[in-house]
Amino acid sequence: MALLETRSLGHEYGGQTVLKNINLEISRGEVFALIGPTGAGKTTLLRLLDLLEMPSTGGIYFDGRDVTSSEQSRLEIRRRMSFVQQKPIVFSMSVYDNVACGLRWRQRKGSNTRKKVMAVLELVDLAEHGDRNAKTLSGGETQRVAIARALVTEPEVLFLDEPTANLDPASISKVEELLAQIIQEQRTAIVIATHDLSQGQRLAHRVGVLIGGEILQVGSPAEIFRSPRTKAVAEFVGVENILNGIIRSKENNLATIEVDGQFIEAVSHFAVAEKVSVLIRPEDITFTLAKETTSARNVFVAEITRVTPLGQLARIEADCGFILLGVVTRRSVDELQLSPGKKCYTSFKATAVHVIKRWS
Amino acid sequence: MTELWQGLVKAVELIVSRDPEVMEITVRSLAISATSCTITALVCLPLGSLIHFSRFAGKRALVNLIQTFYSVPTVAIGLFIFVLLSRAGPLGELGLLFTPIAMVLGQVLLVMPIMLGLTISALSSIDKAVFETAISLGASGTQASILTLREARFAVLTAVIMAFGRAISEVGLSLMVGGNIKGFTRTLTTAISLETSKGDIELSIALGIILISLALIINVVLSRLQQR
Ligand SMILES: Nc1ncnc2c1ncn2[C@@H]1O[C@H](COP(=O)(O)OP(=O)(O)OP(=O)(O)O)[C@@H](O)[C@H]1O
Ligand SMILES: [Mg+2]
Repeated sequence: MALLETRSLGHEYGGQTVLKNINLEISRGEVFALIGPTGAGKTTLLRLLDLLEMPSTGGIYFDGRDVTSSEQSRLEIRRRMSFVQQKPIVFSMSVYDNVACGLRWRQRKGSNTRKKVMAVLELVDLAEHGDRNAKTLSGGETQRVAIARALVTEPEVLFLDEPTANLDPASISKVEELLAQIIQEQRTAIVIATHDLSQGQRLAHRVGVLIGGEILQVGSPAEIFRSPRTKAVAEFVGVENILNGIIRSKENNLATIEVDGQFIEAVSHFAVAEKVSVLIRPEDITFTLAKETTSARNVFVAEITRVTPLGQLARIEADCGFILLGVVTRRSVDELQLSPGKKCYTSFKATAVHVIKRWS
Repeated sequence: MTELWQGLVKAVELIVSRDPEVMEITVRSLAISATSCTITALVCLPLGSLIHFSRFAGKRALVNLIQTFYSVPTVAIGLFIFVLLSRAGPLGELGLLFTPIAMVLGQVLLVMPIMLGLTISALSSIDKAVFETAISLGASGTQASILTLREARFAVLTAVIMAFGRAISEVGLSLMVGGNIKGFTRTLTTAISLETSKGDIELSIALGIILISLALIINVVLSRLQQR
């Protein structure tokens, strides 16, 4: 049985639908990443799951129990969970007391508060700061206190809302290392909300993509990244080339798809005459000056229309009958002298193309 | 002029020599006001939390009403308590009129609106997220309310001290329901207002100096608190 389950969960704020028809199952010990753009409803979903708010529709089941019953049972269940909020707030008391609060509120008789608090402060590397007023901590340290006080109660499920947002890269990797360690050592189920796709990939066993209040796809990180099922998911996971086409012919698994009068070959299970979207990641596109230098199945004559430098990389927009976006290194830009108006070839493999059904 | 100067010198002598009467009156004043403020705090901190944290119709109006009573005239409360406790009144049989208990009762009513109102605004100044964070960490509603009060501790303490300042400096109420009985209900303010007219100017000045010093101390503490 799933530890935590939602059934057609929905939520509204003042008549505005924020979440709809959320059906999720989280098992014990599982790490589930909830990814989605800003405003998608990640925080709202976590707030519902942590029983801070009552859902407008649908149900939440923890360990098989319906959580919407009495206030007392909600408190009991809430005490088996922990929530690290998006903007954690510490109380104006010592770091130690901040962490000890949760244990004191639960009044676990015979439990060794001091030992537990010190152990968890050790874990987040804040043992020396135990006596400091928590309000004086830096953002990264505050985040670690928030994680520490969530862990000290040994929750069965831990909710993390953007645990590394607003942190500098060094603190991010520190917090991520800590999370990885927790994931390895503890049997806690973890639901982590993040808009950072790669973070979800690094930490989670499963990923759910939440866009516009709906879970559009659930799967392994690799699956989501390689085979987005809808256009919205594809856009979110960074597939910038989304072209509309129609399957014109098929030979085994190799389909020929017409896109703006051009023909793209791709691996696909869709039938002839099916309307599809063709997804190609910018980093899978190669630019060359001569046609022979590539073994890719898809090669098009192109004219560069725009070059946008991006640090060590550059984004190239090319017109090959349809518009293709590619990413190349700055060195290639110089070597190939890519600039607007330049003629070249664009190529990509048939396996680099991902084909999904087109609804509109 | 010399009379006044002599009065002042004698008054200082009374204080420095710890004159028994001066001491007794001062201690009684402090005790009565401290008792009433403690009782009021025991009522207002939970009640203020309850009002702040619960949602009900007319909450705004209630808070406005409480604020209106900040400056209720002391004699109005005095009159109310007097009627309540006088022989013919509803609680007349208890024989509480002209006792310190009557004074405490009156002061409790007098400072309750201030302490209640200031407690509510102290709690309002704390981010709602504090309460919610506590809840998410496993606090019950009561535990989370107590934590929020604790987070607002400086503002709440300000409320208590403001109430104490009002209690110790009022005169009309104490006079009406206490009666300025020597050795029983005589306080700093009632003594000053009645003994002056009887010509005991040294005692009055001595008590006045003490009262002003108390007010000064209270103000210093308050401004310290407000800087936190
Ligand atoms: N208390 C509220 N009242 C009204 N609308 C709200 C409230 N809380 C959230 N919303 C709205 O609900 C939507 C979802 O918000 P939510 O905070 O869940 O998004 P999110 O996915 O966590 O975004 P982010 O990545 O920016 O944190 C937003 O449009 C937001 O404006
Ligand atoms: Mg959020």
